[in-house]
Amino acid sequence: MTVLSLSKALNEGMRKAMEDDPKVLIMGEDVGKLGGVFRVTDGLQKDFGEDRVIDTPLAESGIIGTAIGLALRGYRPVCEIQFDGFVFPAADQIITQLAKMPMRSLGAIKLPVVVRIPCGGGIGAVEHHSESPEAYFTHTAGLRVVACSNPADAYTMIQQAIRSDDPVLFFEPKRRYWEKAEIDTTSTDWWTPLHAAKVVRPGAHVTLLAYGPMVKTCLEAAAAAEDDGRSLEVVDLRSLNPLDEPVVMDSVRRTGRVVVVHEAPVNSGFGAELAARITEQCFYHLEAPVLRVGGFSTPYPPSKLEEHYLPDLDRVLDAVDRTFGY
Amino acid sequence: MTVDASRGAEAPPELVQLLTPEGERVEHPDYDIDLTPEDVRSLYRDLVLVRRIDLEAVALQRQGELGIWASLLGQEAAQIGSGRALTDVDMAFPTYREHGVAWCRDVDPVKLLGLFRGVNHGGWDPKEHNFHLYTIVIGSQTLHAVGYAMGIQRDDATAATIVYFGDGATSQGDVNESFIWASVFNAPIVFFCQNNQWAISEPLEKQTRIPLYRRASGFGFPGIRVDGNDVFACLAVTRKALEAARTGQGPTLIEAFTYRMGAHTTTDDPTRYRVASELEAWKLKDPIERVKAYLFRNELADQAFFDSIEAEADQLGADLRRRCLAMPDPEPLDIFDHVYSEPHALIDRERAQFAAYLEGFER
Ligand SMILES: Cc1ncc(C[n+]2csc(CCOP(=O)(O)OP(=O)(O)O)c2C)c(N)n1
Repeated sequence: MTVLSLSKALNEGMRKAMEDDPKVLIMGEDVGKLGGVFRVTDGLQKDFGEDRVIDTPLAESGIIGTAIGLALRGYRPVCEIQFDGFVFPAADQIITQLAKMPMRSLGAIKLPVVVRIPCGGGIGAVEHHSESPEAYFTHTAGLRVVACSNPADAYTMIQQAIRSDDPVLFFEPKRRYWEKAEIDTTSTDWWTPLHAAKVVRPGAHVTLLAYGPMVKTCLEAAAAAEDDGRSLEVVDLRSLNPLDEPVVMDSVRRTGRVVVVHEAPVNSGFGAELAARITEQCFYHLEAPVLRVGGFSTPYPPSKLEEHYLPDLDRVLDAVDRTFGY
Repeated sequence: MTVDASRGAEAPPELVQLLTPEGERVEHPDYDIDLTPEDVRSLYRDLVLVRRIDLEAVALQRQGELGIWASLLGQEAAQIGSGRALTDVDMAFPTYREHGVAWCRDVDPVKLLGLFRGVNHGGWDPKEHNFHLYTIVIGSQTLHAVGYAMGIQRDDATAATIVYFGDGATSQGDVNESFIWASVFNAPIVFFCQNNQWAISEPLEKQTRIPLYRRASGFGFPGIRVDGNDVFACLAVTRKALEAARTGQGPTLIEAFTYRMGAHTTTDDPTRYRVASELEAWKLKDPIERVKAYLFRNELADQAFFDSIEAEADQLGADLRRRCLAMPDPEPLDIFDHVYSEPHALIDRERAQFAAYLEGFER
């Protein structure tokens, strides 16, 4: 057992993947000497060299586009997008090329490319450094979209994502980068499959569905609700595409009440997808409509306002109260 | 030799040319090439056959057998010249108009039709031919090509990548990013721009104020303009650039100065934006006629040879037509194939639901 922060867990996971497979490359802006602006790739260039940890020019479309070419040549690039708000210059390559090329080739091409995106707010950053763009990509067929929420998952999921023959968008909750946990790096027995959701806290009365940074917030809400005699189940989705429906629906059928929590704006967000699927599959088990807690339909605000924008424990508990009002 | 091939009032561009429009062989100090009579006859054959594939595809579109077709008429020399410069280990990344390069890479022409007939998005295995799939989003493939070239570097392989794009594509961010990447990583790549003077209705002047080949110097690598209707010159210039790439000398931008004689695609109407005299002027520079003239002039081929190529072209056209019509429509459930390489719960469920739905009609 070693104690690792989430960012260090990612680092160790990538290191392991690079040791296991010489075709794994890291690429992005500042990922080399600096180790990335969040130091997630710290020390990798020193140990694996500049040909495997590639400091790229400052151009996101170029990062993804050349990663595609490297994957066509048999490499497994792991691209870092520096901040969520800067993935958009790369959106064309991700959506029209990375996601579609395997199908375009009738399966002759595999594109094992991972796109790491530090996402979400809560770190007091300036504009375009705190966004949650996952729904743009869950809407794109051909991509796998996952989000880790804690160090142990970060360690395993990044390795699984790199090993996947499909392109994976890998969301990292940047405000959780410094949280620590004990991790067993010697065994793979405890690994959950990449596509699988996890019940991270069992409960009986309400299901809280969350991923990435909001899992911790939901766990805190569940702990607080216990004092009021309410038992909240927290499900960490981990994978948004594909969604692990059996785990989600099973929980919903047991509790009959659902609150979805994410940082992204509620409007057309991933919560809407969850609400629709749950309604389709669990209609007769529901005691209340599926409620959503998330960002407003506004651009991400200046950081002095972000505490109001970001769902916190009280907003989650308020929604829980409302589900009992039906 | 430097000749004026400018389209309008622009200053005469420098142009590498080895064969004049009249079929006269000329020397160039940097780009000479030794071609046996057999080589020339075989280049001629390629040019004629590829034009025939193209004409047949246009006809098929007119008859409703293809949804659309992007014709290469006029660009045969640029494509055959550059395509024949490639060796087996080199990798080519085309746009959607590189039927001649595909021919050089031994892609069965009927496979080119799949995309345009709508039975698939690209029906050949890029690895089998070292010829990537057609790319519709303008400029995207230039980055893939550079990444691939970076892979060649990491493999310590002696090979090069060539990427094709149009004059319009040079305005795209991806093309400019690919120039930067190629330059700073010294990637083994040749950028092959077919400047056919038009991006649908937009003339070259809407994309650039300077000759395109000169862009390269701003990115730190050589640029060269070649007569794109001269198959000898295209072959010589591309061969040299590929050799430079393979031997660690980095990228080259080749601007093949040519002309799109047909419409942009079969849905386009060039009479709305270009004057007929322009086309007439370029017809005098036809890439096939000048090789024919050269062969005649030097008595390297007789009428029997030209007749035999013509007969072969007829046969190829008929064969292409027959096999195009025989191309089966895909099955409805094919929609769900190859989206992911590993099992995916959502796709599996949607496939099962749609299959059940379809079965409802059959009962
Ligand atoms: C990003 C993008 N924008 C627009 C289009 C529509 N489009 C298809 S071909 C074309 C013109 C391309 O001109 P050029 O690059 O010169 O190539 P050419 O077809 O003349 O060979 C346009 C605008 C596209 N395919 N991709």
